[in-house]
Amino acid sequence: MLQGWGIWALGGVQRIGRAHIFLAHVLLGLPGLLLRLRLLVREMYVVGVLSMLLIAISGLFVGMVLALQGHNVLSEFDAEQSLGVLVAASLVRELGPVVTALLFSGRAGSALTAEIGLMKATEQLSGMEMMAVDPIKRVVAPRFFAGLLSMPLLAALFSMVGVLGGYFVGVGLLGVDEGAFWAQMQAKIDFEEDIINGIIKSLVFGLIVTWIAVFEGYDAVPTAEGVSRATTRSVVYSAFAVLGSDFVLTALMLRGE
Amino acid sequence: MHSRVVEIWVGLFVGIGFLALFFLAMKVSNLGELSSSREGYTLFARFENTGNLKVRAPVSMAGVTIGRVKSIRFDKATYDAVVEMRIDPQYDTLPEDTSASILTAGLLGEQFIGLTAGALETYLKDGDQLELTQSALVLEQLISRFLFNKAEGGDKKADASAAAESK
Repeated sequence: MLQGWGIWALGGVQRIGRAHIFLAHVLLGLPGLLLRLRLLVREMYVVGVLSMLLIAISGLFVGMVLALQGHNVLSEFDAEQSLGVLVAASLVRELGPVVTALLFSGRAGSALTAEIGLMKATEQLSGMEMMAVDPIKRVVAPRFFAGLLSMPLLAALFSMVGVLGGYFVGVGLLGVDEGAFWAQMQAKIDFEEDIINGIIKSLVFGLIVTWIAVFEGYDAVPTAEGVSRATTRSVVYSAFAVLGSDFVLTALMLRGE
Repeated sequence: MHSRVVEIWVGLFVGIGFLALFFLAMKVSNLGELSSSREGYTLFARFENTGNLKVRAPVSMAGVTIGRVKSIRFDKATYDAVVEMRIDPQYDTLPEDTSASILTAGLLGEQFIGLTAGALETYLKDGDQLELTQSALVLEQLISRFLFNKAEGGDKKADASAAAESK
């Protein structure tokens, strides 16, 4: 049994090491990718544009629920005017980047893993290698950078739609004063401490989610079962990594205050 | 899917993304205000105690925000705090004997600087210092002063009644 643990631990460490070498390899693919922007645009369509509707609708509902719940509690303290701050701060600081990353790993990350895994299973990747085309540069790098670029934009979209949803519910349905809603928001939300930190978070999450997704696909056992397991692992590991790193990032960002 | 359509959609996606970032920056956060606060002029005020005053706290007159606190420093020579305020350029007719006090918004709210206009007809200029200031109220000091007065008052009453009895 002890030996089993040892094998498991060593295997885990080896995978982490492979993942890092793989990431370095992918990053080296950037110069070649800049010469073929068309590939990047295609992948941004698959990864970003097709996730847009999902992200926008989720953001709308999250913002509306926040406004409802927040109003419920704040009205007990006669502080409904702070609803805008509550909605915007929780969206921009936490929910925007985190929920977007979780949805993104489910919508785009799993598709990336399955696609690359299937390419491996059907030996398209080895075929490319036979033709002296580096599959990491040709297949993985465009997908990776498309994910990395799409995440901050999607997170910003999520936050914007969420704030608007909160506005519709708070001001439209619950009768919070419109001026106070925006004015308190603008007074309390700091550009550098809140918005920039949110963007940094979403960039880091984008890196984590797409890295895990493409690596799991590339590292999948090339069978039908292997690809399915890799897809599951991609989503599960992404969720863990996003939530864990969110805690670390938040702790680092709040330390300065 | 034609690559033209794909490209248009990606362009749209990036456009919407940047629009959202712009919205967050200008409408949700304070960046819109910050750009205007770079203009204006600077006033200084010395306070014995700034309490919980923070940088970027509002400076208000008659309840209207007319500027922001830019920095709070400690002066080694005089042992008091020097607060630098940036006042919006359109409010350039503050009398020279304007006084500043540190107030609290509501019972538990943030602290801000309230200016009260004076009567002089000469106006404050960039870099001027406000002479009349009132420090922040510190709750502990207030309570201890109250208790102290109460105790003192109690003693006086006791003395008075003792004196009355002795008569």
